[in-house]
Amino acid sequence: MILRSETFLILIVLTNFALLGSSRLAAYIRTVAVQGVVLGFLTLSIHHHDLYSRIWIIALGNMLLKGFLFPWLFFRTIEKVQIKREIEPIVGYTLSIFIGALLFALSLWMTQRLPLPSQIFSSLSISVSLFTLMVGFFLIISRNKAITQAMGYIVIENGIYIFGMTFMQKAPMVVELGFLLDLFVAIFVMQIILHHIRREFDSLNVKYLSNLTDWET
Amino acid sequence: MIGLLITIPSFLGLVTFFIRRRWISQTSLLTAAGAHCALTLSSWFFPSLRTFNRWLYLDEIGILFLSITSLLFLCCAIYGIAYLKHETQSPRKAAVTISCLLFFLATMTLVIVSQHLELLWVAIEATTLASAPLIYFHRSQHSLEATWKYLMIGSVGIALALLGNFFFAVSAIQPLGSETHISLFVSDLIEKASFLQTPWVQAAFIFYIVGYGTKMGLAPLHSWLPDAHSESPSFVSALLSGSLLNCAFLGILRAYQVCVAAGQTAFAQNLLLGFGVTSLLFATIFILKQRDYKRMLAYSSVEHMGILSLSVGLGGSALFGGMLHAINHSCTKAMLFLISGNILHVYKSKSSKDVSGVLHALPFSGALWLIGFFAIAGSPPFGTFISEFIILKSGFEQGHPFISILMLLFLAIIFIGMASLFLKMSHGMPSQSLQKQNIKDSFWSFFPSVILILIVLLLGLTLPSFLNQHLHSIATVLGANS
Repeated sequence: MILRSETFLILIVLTNFALLGSSRLAAYIRTVAVQGVVLGFLTLSIHHHDLYSRIWIIALGNMLLKGFLFPWLFFRTIEKVQIKREIEPIVGYTLSIFIGALLFALSLWMTQRLPLPSQIFSSLSISVSLFTLMVGFFLIISRNKAITQAMGYIVIENGIYIFGMTFMQKAPMVVELGFLLDLFVAIFVMQIILHHIRREFDSLNVKYLSNLTDWET
Repeated sequence: MIGLLITIPSFLGLVTFFIRRRWISQTSLLTAAGAHCALTLSSWFFPSLRTFNRWLYLDEIGILFLSITSLLFLCCAIYGIAYLKHETQSPRKAAVTISCLLFFLATMTLVIVSQHLELLWVAIEATTLASAPLIYFHRSQHSLEATWKYLMIGSVGIALALLGNFFFAVSAIQPLGSETHISLFVSDLIEKASFLQTPWVQAAFIFYIVGYGTKMGLAPLHSWLPDAHSESPSFVSALLSGSLLNCAFLGILRAYQVCVAAGQTAFAQNLLLGFGVTSLLFATIFILKQRDYKRMLAYSSVEHMGILSLSVGLGGSALFGGMLHAINHSCTKAMLFLISGNILHVYKSKSSKDVSGVLHALPFSGALWLIGFFAIAGSPPFGTFISEFIILKSGFEQGHPFISILMLLFLAIIFIGMASLFLKMSHGMPSQSLQKQNIKDSFWSFFPSVILILIVLLLGLTLPSFLNQHLHSIATVLGANS
């Protein structure tokens, strides 16, 4: 708790770059897990002067869900499919990292332009939040495995979570737990569908998921 | 009472999920649908039942949308039991489907009664999760694709609305030393709207309309909608189109209420007008050459969501028309989807090329299919004609004649596009092999549709005074007179 929140924010930036440069699915899953755990610590460090039990529950819930439960589910899926190969990106890794750097610059610039209320402890958290959000979107667009899209969704969720945490007032705990429950069920349902996609196509590539069209051929 | 509205379907959903007997699941479905309808009806008569606590209560808009959902669910439940009987042999699959349906009802109800923006978000995301397994009912590659798109696009879209929520939270932060504290209760935000920071309110509304607009099927964010609606079983399509899209619309309306209170009406209206016109344009293009009749109904939903969006965007008397249109569209579209299920069951094809002579093969369904077409296309004497006419007329009154003319043009083209498909399907003779089979319309497969279309017809002939008053009060809440 003594650690400053900036440290964790920078760790999150690093995990984002690691995601952009990952070529193996296993590394990918682990990085998303690390990001989830860092997020938990970030929650604790931002609110270290008023650590209600509420903050603890949310932080621990996040760590447990994103750091352990989700990776476990994802590893189960890829073990069954035997796809530990590369992620087959539409955009190459070097280019991805370059785009990542541009996105980071963009998010820093955007934060400068936002009329932020004065009470915010550090505008860096807003930049990191926007950056994580954009990386999540970029991953969904540029990687073509269905499982990577699901992880991109988690990254987007992480970005939004950082933003929300910065302004977290006394939002009632039921609602916060509702968020976590929704996230859990979302990933769980996605896992089930992934399982069926794998069984049906023997692959998790989204190119098999583009048969529905408006025009008959 | 509001507690019961949510707990009865959830509890019965759990029961069905764990005890997978056919008779138990069927009884649960009918009990939940009936109880939900009865409770909704009683809330019209006893206003004291409308409040549960600060978080959950029914306001004027809520009670209207709840009634639509409740009615559609009852009709779809009746239809669904017969459908599940002939579509699946396994009691397990039927039970899981029914349990998802019940959770779907519970989550939609929660969306409608939530008066706190964050709770509303949780509920809308939950509707996505409860309905995704329903789309995958047929266990085919196509339905798998539709489910995955629905889950991913829906969840990512709704995640953006969550960011919109946080923007509202930022807009509510007061300078140090201020006594005012604003929470995310809709009523609180409206009451203290003058303290909100306008740039953040605007940003929040943009994220709301993009986020929930994805779920509502506003073009160009609608890409999941035709796939999901065409691949899911017909009674699920009916619920998705008739109830779920309304729930997402309600999410946008809540943010719109806050915008009106904060003096950002013009800003919000311009956005809604833009999305409305785009939706109509996309729907027109895709309906014109559509040969898949379920996809055509789906694009027609995009069209009608566009009209709803326009009605709020135009403001004034168009709001009254918009709310009336929500009822008309939901009933008509649900009825058409249910009938499309009957046609699909007999012809085994979603392409209109393979379907002809529905009137001959299935006299009741065929007749309803044609009547439904006239209703959805907005012909008199149906309610859709009245509501579309009110919206068009108020476009001229509110100083947006160009938008009214565009809307009229699109509606005309859509009418032609739909007519060619519907008429071709209804008339002619069914193929030889079909004629030899002994096909019958079963009573329960078209009876719910008769009820729904009668309501639309009634609304076109006469508007009951209590409903008239109610719709006017909703329009006032949404700023019709300001």
